[in-house]
Amino acid sequence: MANSFTCNIVSAEASIFSGSVEQVVASGMMGDLGILPGHAPLLTELQPGPIRVIHDNGKEENFFVSGGFMEVQPDVVTILADAATRASDLNEAAAEEARQEALKAFNEKSSELDYTRASAELAEAVAQLRTIQQLRKKAGKG
Amino acid sequence: MAAAKEIRTQIGSIKNTQKITSAMEMVAASKMRKAQDLMKAGQPYAKQIRNVVGHIADANPEYRHDYMIERNEVNRVGYIVVSTDRGLCGGLNVNLFKAVVKDARVWSQEGAELDFCALGAKGSAFFRNYGGNLIAAKSGLGEAPTVEGLIGSIKVMLEAYDEGRLDRLYVVYNEFVNTMTQRPVVRQLLPLSPDMGADAKHDEENARPESWDYLYEPDAKALLDSLLVRFIESQVYQAVVENGACEQAARMIAMKSATDNAGNLIDDLEMVYNKARQAAITQEISEIVGGASAV
Repeated sequence: MANSFTCNIVSAEASIFSGSVEQVVASGMMGDLGILPGHAPLLTELQPGPIRVIHDNGKEENFFVSGGFMEVQPDVVTILADAATRASDLNEAAAEEARQEALKAFNEKSSELDYTRASAELAEAVAQLRTIQQLRKKAGKG
Repeated sequence: MAAAKEIRTQIGSIKNTQKITSAMEMVAASKMRKAQDLMKAGQPYAKQIRNVVGHIADANPEYRHDYMIERNEVNRVGYIVVSTDRGLCGGLNVNLFKAVVKDARVWSQEGAELDFCALGAKGSAFFRNYGGNLIAAKSGLGEAPTVEGLIGSIKVMLEAYDEGRLDRLYVVYNEFVNTMTQRPVVRQLLPLSPDMGADAKHDEENARPESWDYLYEPDAKALLDSLLVRFIESQVYQAVVENGACEQAARMIAMKSATDNAGNLIDDLEMVYNKARQAAITQEISEIVGGASAV
């Protein structure tokens, strides 16, 4: 069991993933983090972005989180996501649309719109696109 | 015959009421299923975040957050009371308010002042009569409450805690034991009580050295600030959805017994009605017989 550890991904609405994995790659506040078994205890905030999970059978799975927290213990990683989706459920067209909408709202600052909300929406849309592009790159390679 | 007619109208009106209560029972039963799903969906997150916070309390952090420090003097106590928006759910709210008042009385005997935050219309109405100091209220949460809808009232309480206007914070809600049983519970939110991570402490990690700490990114203060606020929010949210499931279950049971009671009433009244009718017929016959023999 030295080569794997438990990973739990939960969002406020549901449990997204739970299982034995070899590696977890997440985008932390200060850059991407790769977690291997036996990692020192770590607590970090997550940026909106992809979470890559490598199962103990070598298979990869991608998730998307729009922010949250990650707790690392030597034998268990817990990701408390604000909202998580399996990356394969993401739709590039929808993400692009959301990005455009957020940008538009961003530029219409004069209107009643809440500036901070618009920038949060924009960051989320960009992060979703990043996840999709990462997936696409991988698919092209393989 | 006047009495018999009156009874018949009464039976009719009880039958109408019975129709309404049985419809409400069925509505509550279907809503209960949804509310239970919502409650179950939130449980993994609430459990995991409680584990994480338990780990933090267990660790030897370089920075001890204000929420983790027990305050020596308790001058003001805050309660977040989760109630329902609507009535007709049996003794659910009444039992809950009794639990709050009982707990609050202990504190006021020790000289602490009380502040309340009412989630749900019934709670606001209760504190208007009871005379507690209500500092935040939110109603109309609906059947699918969101964390966003609760943030405002939670923030009021947390700010009060940050500024030292509150030294302790409790959340009071109904715990869903099963469909038949709901139990009011008063749970301490702040300061974080050591037993919060009890289930986390008992696993094999106990073997770890005494003093360990996390690596924090970006830094401990900013991280714990937002994590602990998130923790409180998730606990309150879970309390609200659990109370929602309790509400529907309690309403279903209350409406079921109302329907049953209406049935019993109708049976009794029908008996009285038949007797009255029989008496009237007997009387008529005896009058006719009496009249015939007089001729």
